[in-house]
Amino acid sequence: MHELSIAVAVVEQVEEAVRAQGRGVETLTLRIGELAGVVPEALDFSFGLATEGTALAGTRLLIETVDARGRCDGCGREAPTGMPPVLWCAACGATLTLLGGRELEIVGVTLTDGPRDGKGPDDGPRAAPSGLPVHDEEAGHVPHR
Amino acid sequence: MCRTVDLHQAVLAKNDENALALRGYLGDRGTVAVNLLSSPGSGKTALLEQLLGRAVAGGTPAAAVTADLATENDATRLARSGAPVQQILTDGLCHLEAGMLQRRLEGWLPEGTRLLFVENVGNLVCPASYDLGETLRVALASVTEGEDKPVKYPAAFGLAHLVVITKTDIADAVDFDREAFLRGVQQVNPGVPVLETSARTGQGVDALLAHVLRCAAGDETHVPVLARQHERYLHSHGPGDGNGHGQPRGDGQAQAHGDGPAHSDGDGHVHTAGHPLEREHEHEPGAERSPVRGRTP
Repeated sequence: MHELSIAVAVVEQVEEAVRAQGRGVETLTLRIGELAGVVPEALDFSFGLATEGTALAGTRLLIETVDARGRCDGCGREAPTGMPPVLWCAACGATLTLLGGRELEIVGVTLTDGPRDGKGPDDGPRAAPSGLPVHDEEAGHVPHR
Repeated sequence: MCRTVDLHQAVLAKNDENALALRGYLGDRGTVAVNLLSSPGSGKTALLEQLLGRAVAGGTPAAAVTADLATENDATRLARSGAPVQQILTDGLCHLEAGMLQRRLEGWLPEGTRLLFVENVGNLVCPASYDLGETLRVALASVTEGEDKPVKYPAAFGLAHLVVITKTDIADAVDFDREAFLRGVQQVNPGVPVLETSARTGQGVDALLAHVLRCAAGDETHVPVLARQHERYLHSHGPGDGNGHGQPRGDGQAQAHGDGPAHSDGDGHVHTAGHPLEREHEHEPGAERSPVRGRTP
C-alpha cells in the first residue's frame, strides 16, 4: 500500500512548508486524479498514521477528486476517459490528450490560531479555536468516485 | 482566525527531485536505466537472467539491481550471468523510490555500464507511481495471469514504454486470449509496442534486447498518453532531462518508430499488430483516417 509512503511524503512537505509560520495546521487539502493510482480511502487512513507525533497531528485531511477527461488529438472531441480509461477516441480512433485525472497535488492548508504541540489531536480540528466554525461538515466532505 | 496557505506542490516532489538527479547522474555516465514492473511470479527474474546473459555475451556492458522485500535469491540468480548485480531489500516497502536506487548505485555502478536493469518489487500498483530516473519503463505480464491485467492495472501498463508478455511457451496450455490482452493494452496505452517472450525457449529475448538497445540509443521512443499528463506533475527541466521518461517533450506527441501499435510474434521484430488505432502524427495533414472497427470497448 503505497498510500502510506504518499501520506508520509505529504506530511514531510507540509511540515517543511509551514514550519516558519509557527502555527498548527487545521486542514490540509489534496487533489487526487482518478488515474493517479491512489485510493482516497486508503490515503485518508494512512494520513492518520503518518501524522501521529508530528506537527500535523490532528490535522483534518480534505480530498478533492478529479475525474479523468481526454481530448481527441484527431477530432477534438472531449469526454471522460472512464475507469479503466479508454485512451483513444471511440469516434475516430486517434489517441487522446489527457486533460485531467493524473493529479496528485498538495493544494494548500489552513492554519490554526496558535501553535500546535504536535503530540496529538488535543487542540485538533474538532476543538474550534476562537469559536470559529471548523465543524463545517460540508467542508469536510470527502468526495469519492 | 484561520489562515489559508496555497502550496500547490506535487505530492511526490521529493521523489521526482531524486529521480531527476539520478537521471542526470546516469546520463553523465552514459547509462540507460530500464525499470521492470510486474506482478510477483510473472517471470521478471527469469527473463532478466536471459537478457543479462545475452547482453554480456554480445559485449554490451549491463548491470542489474533487483528489489525484494526479503531474501537475496534474485541477486544470486542474476549474478550467474556474469553481469554486476546488486540486491535492494526494501524491508517491507512495496516499491522502489528514486533515493533508494541512487544510494545503492553510488560507489558501485561500474564505469561504462550501458544498460542498468532495475527489477522493481513484484507489484503492479505501487511501483507505477514512482519515477526511478529510468529512460525505459517496461511492464510485463505472463500468460498465466489473465488477459485483463492491463485494464485492471491501468497505471502500470498505461505508463509503460514497452509491454512484454512472458511465458508464451505455455500460452496455449492456459488458454491465453492474446487478442483480448492486446486490446486491453492498447486501450490504456495506445501505440505502445508489445513483445512476446519466453525465457524458457528464448523466444523473443533477442528482439527484446534489440528493442531496449534501440531505445537506449534514442532511436525508438513511445510516449504514453498518461505520461504526457504525468510530466506536468513531475520535473520539467534540469540536468539529464533529455533522458527522461515521457520524452520527448514539446508538443507531447510521440515520435514513434514504426507504424504505431505494434507487437512481436517472436520472430525477432516488433511489428504492427494490425490494430485500427492510428496516430495523427503518422499522417499527412488531411489524410483520411481508418475507422475503428470492432474495437470500441
